[in-house]
Amino acid sequence: MKTTTKQKIAFSMLFLCTIIVILPVLFVLGVIIKNGAKGISWNFLTTMPSDGMRQGGIYPAIVGTLYLVSLSIVFSLPVGVMAAIYLNEYAKDNLLTRLIRLAIVNLAGVSSVVYGLFGLALFVTFMKFGVSILSGALTLAIMNLPVIITASREALASVPYSFREVSLSLGLSRWQTIRHSVLPFAIPGILTGAILSLARAAGETAPILFTVAAFYLPNLPASVFDQAMALPYHLYIISTQIPNISIQTRYATAFVLVGIVFTMNIIAVVLRARLRKKKKW
Amino acid sequence: MVENKGKSQKEKGKSQVKIEVKELNIWFGKALALNSLNLEIQANEILGVIGPANSGKTSFLRQLNRLNELELSFKMSGEAFLDAKNINQLKPEVLRKRVGMIFALPQVLPMSIYDNVTYGPRMHGINNKQELARITEEALKASFLWDEVKDRLKEFATKLSGGQQQRLCISRTLAVRPEVILFDEPCSGLDPISTAKVEESMLRLKEQYTIVLVTNNTKQAARVADRTAFFLMGELIEIDKTHKIFTAPRDKKTEDYIQGKFG
Repeated sequence: MKTTTKQKIAFSMLFLCTIIVILPVLFVLGVIIKNGAKGISWNFLTTMPSDGMRQGGIYPAIVGTLYLVSLSIVFSLPVGVMAAIYLNEYAKDNLLTRLIRLAIVNLAGVSSVVYGLFGLALFVTFMKFGVSILSGALTLAIMNLPVIITASREALASVPYSFREVSLSLGLSRWQTIRHSVLPFAIPGILTGAILSLARAAGETAPILFTVAAFYLPNLPASVFDQAMALPYHLYIISTQIPNISIQTRYATAFVLVGIVFTMNIIAVVLRARLRKKKKW
Repeated sequence: MVENKGKSQKEKGKSQVKIEVKELNIWFGKALALNSLNLEIQANEILGVIGPANSGKTSFLRQLNRLNELELSFKMSGEAFLDAKNINQLKPEVLRKRVGMIFALPQVLPMSIYDNVTYGPRMHGINNKQELARITEEALKASFLWDEVKDRLKEFATKLSGGQQQRLCISRTLAVRPEVILFDEPCSGLDPISTAKVEESMLRLKEQYTIVLVTNNTKQAARVADRTAFFLMGELIEIDKTHKIFTAPRDKKTEDYIQGKFG
């Protein structure tokens, strides 16, 4: 066989595999858009469900998911970033820090239902927050910590070491150096990681199953100690627990959920690209 | 305070010892990088440090502002004094403010020219705009960069040429008003014309500062250094007036290195 022929075959194989990667995504999106887009209306997005959730909108589920996601980032971002700074900038390489690093890698691989049970045990029962937005957000925050820490550490490590040396050589303290010569240049990476972790939090069902999610609530939650409805759980319920609900409502709910997650991912990509352009070295 | 310092240096005359190193050993892990080094650096002199790779010259330089201790495997024994004060008893921030450093590659921070120069002063608490502008002009003039950049101080520093970037780094170090400036092979990445400009500014700077210049380019040491030290395998082989080192070295190894027989 000629070299050029072999090359052509290799390229075709590689191209085919790439296509296989994106096909499922396109297929899922296609099905959801085809079946769900027609169900999307202002009314659907902004009204309470009615008639045993067969009619009306999904407003409380959207609100609940937004509450959960934003409260979880309030906990996980500062803790995660600070832990990453400690591990990357201060920690000496000893048994303890190696154990911590190992723990973080392993935490990222724990299945989400385990986080749900952990949240139930710690926040709902032991700390007596009850089944509430607070418990759910904390559970999601813990689930997201490894992702945020790993992304932040990578972002910090990608800032050239020479920036630190320059800053220290000018007589700045280590904290000033981190604050002014390292962190600003790591922000794009940190934000990207944070947004991607949020997108994951928005889509997860298992962690909120025991900690916050309600089957149906007639009113919006009034405080963080209330239960809330959430999109992924709502989708699960209307797909499995409620008979005689229109396919279109199910797909429209999925459409909204995927839409939120996708929007966040796109924001992350655009933000990263824009900040990278600004901070070039 | 700055004026006082200048005066006291002048009063004590040229022979004042600025830096003294006694029995300094440096290890990185198990490797001995510097072996019982003893030397003195006079105020307002340029001390050239030459030697092949792994001769310990950079470890010596980075000890003077204690950058070595950032390495986890770093160990040391012996002492180094700045104005007769043990540098290990100073806070590293205080020491590094007094002993500035220029790195081998121009390390400009990804911000504007102005922000680069004022980075140190701003962090040390100077907020007054006029004061900062004055410091910027002064520092940029001292490195002969002012005329080239005075109209575009807000431009990104990474847009400057390599030689300009290195002179910007010098200005940035000058802006925190150090007493000693350490140059770590400052011209290794520069063309001859940029090199000449950097050397010119070094010669001007020694009127006010004490300079230690580590260089791979022996000719550079010959051009600018008052005294030159030759390091080999972590040991100081010889230190003397530059013209003596280059014309009549005491040690055969120094002669061989200078003549390019190894290195």
